[in-house]
Amino acid sequence: MTASTHHPGRADTAIRTRRTDRWWLPPLLTFLGLTAFVVYGVVRVFMNKWYWVGEYQYLAPFFSPCVTGGCVPGASHFGQWLPDLGILAPPVVVLPFVLGFRLTCYYYRKAYYRSFWLSPPACAVAEPHGSYTGERRFPLILQNSHRYFFYAAVPVASVLTYDVVIAFHGADGGFGVGLGTLILLVNVVLIWAYTLSCHSCRHIVGGRLTHFSRHPVRYWMWTQVSRMNARHMQLAWASLFSVAFADLYVALVASGAITDLRLFN
Amino acid sequence: MGYQAHFRVWRGDADSGALRDFRVEVNEGEVVLDVIHRLQATQCPDLAVRWNCKAGKCGSCSAEINGRPRLMCMTRMSTFAEDETVTVTPMRTFPLVRDLVTDVSYNYAKAREIPSFQPPADLAPGEYRMQQVDVQRSQEFRKCIECFLCQNTCHVVRDHEDNEQAFAGPRYLMRVAELEMHPLDTADRHQDAQTQHGLGFCNITKCCTEVCPEHIKITDNALIPLKERVADRRYDPLARLFRRRKE
Ligand code: SF4
Ligand code: SF4
Ligand code: FES
Ligand code: FES
Repeated sequence: MTASTHHPGRADTAIRTRRTDRWWLPPLLTFLGLTAFVVYGVVRVFMNKWYWVGEYQYLAPFFSPCVTGGCVPGASHFGQWLPDLGILAPPVVVLPFVLGFRLTCYYYRKAYYRSFWLSPPACAVAEPHGSYTGERRFPLILQNSHRYFFYAAVPVASVLTYDVVIAFHGADGGFGVGLGTLILLVNVVLIWAYTLSCHSCRHIVGGRLTHFSRHPVRYWMWTQVSRMNARHMQLAWASLFSVAFADLYVALVASGAITDLRLFN
Repeated sequence: MGYQAHFRVWRGDADSGALRDFRVEVNEGEVVLDVIHRLQATQCPDLAVRWNCKAGKCGSCSAEINGRPRLMCMTRMSTFAEDETVTVTPMRTFPLVRDLVTDVSYNYAKAREIPSFQPPADLAPGEYRMQQVDVQRSQEFRKCIECFLCQNTCHVVRDHEDNEQAFAGPRYLMRVAELEMHPLDTADRHQDAQTQHGLGFCNITKCCTEVCPEHIKITDNALIPLKERVADRRYDPLARLFRRRKE
């Protein structure tokens, strides 16, 4: 494959790259990882069942909060303020926000620009496109709305936190802990870490200041967010994996395919 | 213990050029620049190569080694197997002068397009007082040695020469961010970042960060914060409502 445009005066442009390492591996893995998640998500949402384990109060994260009339009894902790939407499963209410948050995330942008759009596939490897305008025009200029999705992500993470609290529920109605509780707990910790390590969050808590010295509390918050922000990519993957895994676990328990491993009550 | 390595080096000028094969001695502890110098001394005295410090601090010896943009003086030969072919080509994004030397004046032109530091009008030089926490972010960007490896690797201009006019490149967007975050700079740089220096071209794919020999977190600490500041002013109606200048 040749470089996308001809560059007179530049050296060695006839070849796409001279890299000899396996530069195609990271974008390939990213492509497979994100595709697997999307496929799982679509299948799961259209499945539209097995998301609530009443006995231990496990609610699958993909179906939280469950606010449509179609929700199974017991799963709607925040009321059912929408009618049954039929084919549109309950997740359609929050999914736009959750997906929007991840789609406009600075890390995921890098990931899919590289792996899906090959712009560029890897550093110093020519992209296949003839022209490039970046994030200057519609639709990509909308990436600038990321902060609004961050605002929306905070209540969503709070709802998931509530789900974990009520999942400390035993078969006899009192306190209880199962493997499912712990999986949901780890998931919500990762979701919070991912959400709070967001670049927009970093900017909002303190990054937009010019004089840190006049705002010691915000400076401290900025320092903490910055520390997490350095791990934003790892947290993006960890929380993506954990949310799918937690969802799958609840689905398996709810369907009766496995029984929850109870640690206490 | 020395060995004979297989090197392929770009020879040519702006009109034509090609890779040439060499067998050249390599000794323990050497870097790619040492081997290029040995080539010059023993086999091709007219090989053009730019260098100054051989310590990774002058930013002169940028090239592409096995396709990866690097400083020749900071690339150890021990990172290659003895039977591995080492290919050295000039930076691809800039016009070639000769062999490994490119014309990097694009970068100087971009540097001049950024208005310089503007202190408050009532403050004379010598009266500047700043707190360390307020300048620490900018200080990271001052580590830049102007090797232009980031400018060379950024796909916005590397793959699309037609964007050179509109896009300042990571190194100079970082300069805008540096001044923007400076506690005593009074210029309003948000609008220019987007309209004059082409911040919107950057799709934060981080190749500039990946190749920076000073390990400056260009994307995370300069470009994304700058994008957020631009969003405050241009794309976020709420932030515009509540905005105060230079808090
Ligand atoms: S992060 Fe932006 S400036 Fe840096 S190489 Fe990528 S597109 Fe270019
Ligand atoms: S930012 Fe890094 S890669 Fe870019 S010119 Fe400066 S030192 Fe070189
Ligand atoms: S969530 Fe990734 S940058 Fe905001
Ligand atoms: S010679 Fe100075 S950086 Fe390599």
